[in-house]
Amino acid sequence: MTAIANVWELARRNVRQSGILVAFVLIVALFAILNENFLSPGNLTNIILQYSYILILAIGMVIVIIAGHIDLSVGSVVALAGSVSAVLVIKNGQPWWVGVIAALAVGFVVGVWQGFWVAYVGIPAFIVTLAGMLLFRGLAARVLENISLSPFNTPYTDIAGGFINGLFGGNGYDVFTLVVFAIGVVGFAFSQWRARQGKIRYQQAVEAVWLFALKLVLIAAVVMWFAWQLAHSRGLPIILIILAVLILAYSIITQRSIFGRHVYAIGGNLHAAELSGVKVKKINMWIFINIGTLAGLAGVVYSSRMNGAQPSAGNMFELDAIAACFIGGASTTGGVGRVTGAMIGALIMAVMSNGMQLMGLDQSVQQIVKGLVLLLAVAFDIFNKRRAGIAR
Amino acid sequence: MNPPILEMRGITKTFPGVKALQDVSLSVARGEIHAICGENGAGKSTLMKVLSGVYPHGSYDGEIIFEDRPVAFSSINDSEAEGVVIIHQELALSPYLSVAENIFLGNEQRSRTGLIDWNHTNAEAAKLLARVGLAENPTTPISQLGVGKQQLVEIAKALSKQVKLLILDEPTAALNDTDSEHLLDLLRQLRDQGITSIIISHKLGEIEDIADSTTIIRDGKTIETITMVEHDNVQDRIIRGMVGRDLEHRYPERESHPGEEILRLEDWTVHHPTQTGRKVVDGANLYVRAGEVVGIAGLMGAGRTELAMSMFGHSYGKDISGTVYVHGKKVDTSTVPKAIEAGIAYATEDRKVYGLNLIEDIRRNISSAALGKLSKNGWVNGNEELAVAERYRKDLGVRAPSVLALVGKLSGGNQQKVVLAKWLYTDPEVLILDEPTRGIDVGAKFEIYQLINAMVAAGKAVVVISSELPEILGTCDRVYTLAYGRITGDVPVAQASQERLMELMTQEKSDQKENVQ
Repeated sequence: MTAIANVWELARRNVRQSGILVAFVLIVALFAILNENFLSPGNLTNIILQYSYILILAIGMVIVIIAGHIDLSVGSVVALAGSVSAVLVIKNGQPWWVGVIAALAVGFVVGVWQGFWVAYVGIPAFIVTLAGMLLFRGLAARVLENISLSPFNTPYTDIAGGFINGLFGGNGYDVFTLVVFAIGVVGFAFSQWRARQGKIRYQQAVEAVWLFALKLVLIAAVVMWFAWQLAHSRGLPIILIILAVLILAYSIITQRSIFGRHVYAIGGNLHAAELSGVKVKKINMWIFINIGTLAGLAGVVYSSRMNGAQPSAGNMFELDAIAACFIGGASTTGGVGRVTGAMIGALIMAVMSNGMQLMGLDQSVQQIVKGLVLLLAVAFDIFNKRRAGIAR
Repeated sequence: MNPPILEMRGITKTFPGVKALQDVSLSVARGEIHAICGENGAGKSTLMKVLSGVYPHGSYDGEIIFEDRPVAFSSINDSEAEGVVIIHQELALSPYLSVAENIFLGNEQRSRTGLIDWNHTNAEAAKLLARVGLAENPTTPISQLGVGKQQLVEIAKALSKQVKLLILDEPTAALNDTDSEHLLDLLRQLRDQGITSIIISHKLGEIEDIADSTTIIRDGKTIETITMVEHDNVQDRIIRGMVGRDLEHRYPERESHPGEEILRLEDWTVHHPTQTGRKVVDGANLYVRAGEVVGIAGLMGAGRTELAMSMFGHSYGKDISGTVYVHGKKVDTSTVPKAIEAGIAYATEDRKVYGLNLIEDIRRNISSAALGKLSKNGWVNGNEELAVAERYRKDLGVRAPSVLALVGKLSGGNQQKVVLAKWLYTDPEVLILDEPTRGIDVGAKFEIYQLINAMVAAGKAVVVISSELPEILGTCDRVYTLAYGRITGDVPVAQASQERLMELMTQEKSDQKENVQ
């Protein structure tokens, strides 16, 4: 009885998550119908390349938001990190990896700075990062001495624009891409199966074998179709590997590590977390160090993709990242949200931008539509909660 | 008896899957104080929400007759226009607005220009404050008043709306004895002025004191309405009606076999966090033995909670001095993790604000104070966690569809059990329970007492902080009394009586005044 109740309860609580997934599928379908090129190999590759840095920022942002904070400074940090990297690599002729490490270090230091003010001085993150937004934007312009720097050399531009292909040859399609994805799918299936075994060992309810298998086959089919499309284009984007590793790692960290659980506890009820022995200051500090470093990485990716650094780089990125989190089910009051949700939220933004661009819609129309989608997503969330509240 | 001012007939209210009210009838006579009793979740609040229009007409079956004509309220505004005003347990006042602004919030007093007439507003507010016996300036911000006074402001607000029927949902739950007494007196005065009141309360003594008649609700049904003057032993009768069985003993029996000393506190002094020089706890010494329940009794402001919280990770106060020993060894409790490590657990008095993550499920609340036990190298074993939560849910009898149910949706008693489970899982040596049964119905209280007994039977030490003296006398082996931050007595319960404890709790030494002001 309880076992069934448990499954039912989980399903009910994930309505929001699956709802947004359904919305994503519908949006993709809509654009696929409106434009035949939308699902073409080349365009799918483009979507990933175009929005990779927003996805990276959204990973860090969702953790900030779950803890009940906000970070408005990430766009400026992207600019600052990219600038430092560009000065080192382009101006001073350092190798590409020096630029990368320096950019990550800049992000880390930014995180320590902001984390200190939020966690140990107790200034609301909104204020600290609003100040940071101005501060780091100004610093970026200083570092670049108000001019743009370009171009980077090849290994650096490969980070965001490079592909791994041709390793196993192919006839019109890249076998290597397919192999990597196949390994991923098998690994995923294996981990799911192990999780299922674990649940059985603890005598929890699991879905029927056929349902389990069907789910896996469905996921595998979608993923392999995507791989097939990529293989027909330019192969496996390097940035996709970076993204996959980040998403996987942060999903596990948020769901299964003590750190992740403490983040949820702080966002859910700060006082209760404190009185349960959560080291709130330390956790807050690390949350900001984390997003700072990820913003540094996004700076590398963006400068790599732009093949240069400008003082105005990354303008308004924070808003895209924040929107992605809220579309993906995070709560404005903290305590609720998931990395996977934020990723779907970011992909919805990405797919919509790309789809509307393909249709040749004006920039202004795109902004209007995106604004409405954000509003409706959160309205849907509130509607859902209210219904759940009345139904007890 | 006067003719009824309010009759609710055959009220049935259904939520998806739950029949919250089933053919409930309620008849309230004009000019009486009518109490409504029932366990948590019995349907009292739902009934009042139906009455006040929170659940609009049409969302329930049955009819409401107010002042001899059927009414159909579709919002709170409708019911207030008719003179039905509800004061919720959680006060709905805006902390930074003044008393007068709060009283006339939503009902602003306009002059002919359409702007707010402040002179008129403040003058009217002053009149209303005089009626409720509150000697405060109408321009004082609400946040500067204590809960008792805020409650009076709520009543003044109700009076400003020409209230005929005043509904109070647990008005004294958060008040101390003096404030409660004052509030009840006020209700009697209002009754004499012709205002009818409905009062929802768990405090049976209070109901016996004030109510003219009492309606008992159980499982969404009316059990009976008692006219108080016609019966002796009304309290027993009410309890019987509420729980549907005789509660011979409100406190479970327990034999006391105290073992060796577990916790000792020496010369514990805590200063107020903002008022420099003020000692909130002053040189307290106490000890607790294994297998013993020790009570801490004191009036509000005596420093009970402050004593416990300062010991538990220095969560309250500053300039804390003194020594804590666990099993005779001096321990450092300066942070919460260290206190937990030392074997101390503290369940707060306000479980919703300080004890639980209400938007999280039962499972994760139970594990939240001892995640380390469930993890290796910083990774939590989710399966083990679920198993642990399931075990505690069964052991403590938490009534919920599953351990994945959100804690915010549980009743008070079940929430309290989750809090206990969370601290039991940290495997403490001594468990400090601050107001463990506040806002919990009679049946659930009994279960909490049984859990306390089980803990001491397992060789733990339990400290119970409570403002209800019968509870202290019923559950504890030994009682410390606190007055103005000092321990004024250490009384074995066999030699204690409410009168004796009250005497110690109000004992004021002449040399203390400078600390207390």
